[in-house]
Amino acid sequence: MSGHYRTASGGIDLERSRPIRFEFDGQAYQGLQGDTLASALLANGVHLVGRSFKYHRPRGIMAAGPEDPNALVTVRRDAARSTPNLSAAQVELYEGLVAHSQNRWPSLRFDVGRINDLLSRFIPSGFYYKTFMWPRTAWHSLYEPRIRAAAGLGVAATEADPDVYAQRYGHCEVLIVGAGPAGLAAALTAARRGARVLLCDEQALPGGSLRADTGTRIDGKAATDWLRETMLELAQAQNVTVLTRTTAFGYLPHNMVCLSERLTDHLASPPASKPRERLWQVRARQVIFATGAIERPLVFPGNDRPGILLAGAARSFLNRFGVLPGRRVVILTAHDEAYRTALELQAAGAQIVALADLRARASGPLIDAARGAGLAIRRNTTAVGTRGNLRVCAVGLAAVDADGAAAGDTDWVSCDTLLMSGGYTPSVHLHSQGRGKLRWEETAQVFVPAEAGQSCRSVGACKGLTGAALAAVFNQAATAARDATTECGFEALPVTIAVSDDTSAGGGWLGTLPQAARPRGGKAFVDWQNDVTAADLGLAVREGFRSIEHIKRYTTTGMATDQGKTSNLNALAIAARQLGRTIPEVGLTTFRMPYLPVGFGGLAGYARGELFAPLRKTPMYGWAAARGAVFEPVSMWQRARYFPERGEDMHQAVARECQVVRRSCGIFDATTLGKIEVAGPDAIEFMNRMYVNNWNSLAVGRCRYGILLRDDGFVFDDGVVARTAEDRLHVTTTTGGAPRVLGLMEDYLQTEWPQLKVWLTSTTEQWAVIAVQGPRARDVLEPLVEQADLSAASLPHMAMTRALVCGVPAMIFRVSFTGELGYEINVPADYGAEVWRAVWESGQAHGMCAYGTESMHVLRAEKGYIIVGQDTDGTMTPDDAGVGWAVGKSKSEFVGMVSLRKRALQDPNRKQLVGLLTADPRHVLEEGSQIAATPGQRPPMQLVGHVTSSYYSSVLRRSIALAVVNGGRSRMGETLYVPTPAGESAVTVTQPVFYDSKGERLNG
Amino acid sequence: MLVIPCPYCGPRPELEFSYGGQAHVARPTAASNPSPADWNAFQYERANIKGLHAERWRHIHGCARFFNVIRDTTTDEIVRSYRSGEK
Ligand SMILES: [Zn+2]
Repeated sequence: MSGHYRTASGGIDLERSRPIRFEFDGQAYQGLQGDTLASALLANGVHLVGRSFKYHRPRGIMAAGPEDPNALVTVRRDAARSTPNLSAAQVELYEGLVAHSQNRWPSLRFDVGRINDLLSRFIPSGFYYKTFMWPRTAWHSLYEPRIRAAAGLGVAATEADPDVYAQRYGHCEVLIVGAGPAGLAAALTAARRGARVLLCDEQALPGGSLRADTGTRIDGKAATDWLRETMLELAQAQNVTVLTRTTAFGYLPHNMVCLSERLTDHLASPPASKPRERLWQVRARQVIFATGAIERPLVFPGNDRPGILLAGAARSFLNRFGVLPGRRVVILTAHDEAYRTALELQAAGAQIVALADLRARASGPLIDAARGAGLAIRRNTTAVGTRGNLRVCAVGLAAVDADGAAAGDTDWVSCDTLLMSGGYTPSVHLHSQGRGKLRWEETAQVFVPAEAGQSCRSVGACKGLTGAALAAVFNQAATAARDATTECGFEALPVTIAVSDDTSAGGGWLGTLPQAARPRGGKAFVDWQNDVTAADLGLAVREGFRSIEHIKRYTTTGMATDQGKTSNLNALAIAARQLGRTIPEVGLTTFRMPYLPVGFGGLAGYARGELFAPLRKTPMYGWAAARGAVFEPVSMWQRARYFPERGEDMHQAVARECQVVRRSCGIFDATTLGKIEVAGPDAIEFMNRMYVNNWNSLAVGRCRYGILLRDDGFVFDDGVVARTAEDRLHVTTTTGGAPRVLGLMEDYLQTEWPQLKVWLTSTTEQWAVIAVQGPRARDVLEPLVEQADLSAASLPHMAMTRALVCGVPAMIFRVSFTGELGYEINVPADYGAEVWRAVWESGQAHGMCAYGTESMHVLRAEKGYIIVGQDTDGTMTPDDAGVGWAVGKSKSEFVGMVSLRKRALQDPNRKQLVGLLTADPRHVLEEGSQIAATPGQRPPMQLVGHVTSSYYSSVLRRSIALAVVNGGRSRMGETLYVPTPAGESAVTVTQPVFYDSKGERLNG
Repeated sequence: MLVIPCPYCGPRPELEFSYGGQAHVARPTAASNPSPADWNAFQYERANIKGLHAERWRHIHGCARFFNVIRDTTTDEIVRSYRSGEK
């Protein structure tokens, strides 16, 4: 049995021979293959499926599509696959499906939060803003978490998402969004002309409103047969791609439409090999929107009880799923379409206990047919309230008087279902996202697409043909498709589709229904999902809000997962009436993507885990890993941070490594340094214009420390530059800075000095760089080097030479970032690991160690060598950073030169690099700590600088720190104060060089 | 995502490019000893145009060249693109 409310026959989406078991809130039910969770629950007589956002009121299924604001559920496969906030009408049933209601505690039928409803007159719009203002600190710690816990949507999965999400690009002449009658007519037309067509629809099965259409004959066939044959033709066409379960959620510039295709959520056991979703970025020459229209609910007291549905939704449930929403049905409408629902429900066995029409006059074939079927129509009738706790049990109907107010006695009609229709709102979301304009149709009381912002057209119900004769829809869609394909250069062929039934329907209602002067029926909801009532909107206007955007944010109407698909127009009408302005004067809020919620998995696609960002490894990575190195990420590189031995922690390892380097020597992988080859007859002139230094005096075979500024005068990067030939420079950059340095160089070369004959090449990955640093460095290397003399006389500090190292052509730079005798051996990257091993072997006789980035930092800090980006922060001049000596005197041009002339950049009180020594030699300051000039200050404190680098130096047996301090170089010997969590730490200002201040060890 | 016509390679998707700010901002040379106001204008003053905007793009994942684009900032429509140094 698949439910007591299932009809004996009918339901074109169903496979009646395939029952399906599922679970909702722990209760087992049976449905049928083809059901949605919503249709299966209704078939079992279950209407209560959720509690509302703010007042925790019982709520039921209201719509048959993803626009439903009420029936939000969580579908849970396991802890990692738990998807919240799905509309029950969106969830396709599969064997074993487990779903839960949301926002209820302890249970759906008994919910403690319901107290909010009883206290609701104390929770008006803006309540959160008004009440939880003081003290300010309590907002984050106290109020917000509690409010979020009490007023909530579903809860996200608690474990990492194990599924795969695909992404791809699509290209076509014509993209058609929506496979209802309009979309299908457009697709047939465009496809028969040979254009590449992509047709997508958010539903599992194409057809849209045709699926709920029982009577119409198209091209002489039943609508369902025509639909099947049309889909067959499209499927067989080579030039057509049809995507179902695919939501177009964004319309971006240059005719790009983003689609989210759901591939496995409807399967009982998704194959592990298949992606769960696929995100499409489709570039279309022409787009046709056939996105339909959404039925509007009516705003009257008590309009939110379970059992109150949209009339069109009931028709959809009946015809697609063979489900009666109830047996005793009241219909309240302002639109002719609801009469069709009444007739079909009655034919299926439901009793229509009342058919109330808000309009004084309604006529036409549908009304005639209803009367012919014996339905008593109450014209000029409104609803003033409903009764029922967890399900509607009665509706209060009253006549509308000449002034448009409810008058006379209320007739309480008992029922188990109330169906309402306020007419249809065209789905103009995507048209509007593409900056299309809207036009207000005064007669139909709807906004329809006007001038398009891009190459797109809207057809069918989304163009305003709601309730129109099907022939008109087909004709409009075929014409639009013909025009679109013609614009793409395809020959025009006419497509005509004949339709038997040409009944059109009209009507509609905006805003609150007529009520008595002092209505007593309770809350009249406008936005079900956010619990916004007509009274809330009125209050917002009375409190002074005028812009619809402000009213939206103050009341939260139209926000959250449904983005007001059913509520926006009613809210606008109520606000406009209250403001005394017309609807087009007030205007709609901006439509933004996504049209429907899109999972993060689909947006992230493949860019997760290891594929989130490239991981760069040097040729020596394997050696370091085998030695047990601990790595750290530096920009995208994995760099060895330290090499622990025999259970050492980082501090012990670093202490040992530093001492070995100073006493003997160490080997360090410097491959990640950025490298740029600057070549050409104008290479020196180009470097003169880029860097602050004077490069004319740099002889071939010599190196120099270079500093690069931006034009604002602040340090951008630094590194050693070697002149490897008359017309060639080997420029090194910081590890993270290589791409932006090359970018800046290319910018100036291409756009400021295009006449210079210079070529720039990134060579970062061409060279492996092996640094050997320490007093024994020469002894380690000499046995491995041919064709070069490493003696101090022949290769002094800051010289370079070409040589063979282990027989490999190499460049040897005598440079030091430790203050010791040192070399950096550059060999082609493919030889890096091999040469490294040979140097390591040679070093063992000299007690050499391998050291990582942490020791490198300590060793350079002992020497006061800055790291750009650590000791500088993008607001420091070379002088601030203590490297003003590098700026070439008497230069005529370099990047940043003009800015350095500014008085503000020459202020002697600017923050300058200094050293700090703590009074307690064991106390290592925290990097980033602020510095005060006087002790014992209370906030707000007068601060004079901050700590940029801070380490414990095992060589010096004490802590050292670098800092930037206002006028720091004139404060030598002064005592300053660093506030720390443990109290104030007194520090003495010193020169930033702590070790070998004369620099004698460099020349060993 | 925009489709940007590189004057060297043809139309390519935006993700192949990096943005380079407003075009045709003349950089005063140091030798011309620009006034603080002129230098400040070069450094910091940009047009923030509603409508047709001349801007620089670099085909960073393609030919790597800088070039100029006229783009309507209200619609993102690209009217034309041309090489650096051209008007
Ligand atoms: Zn290019």
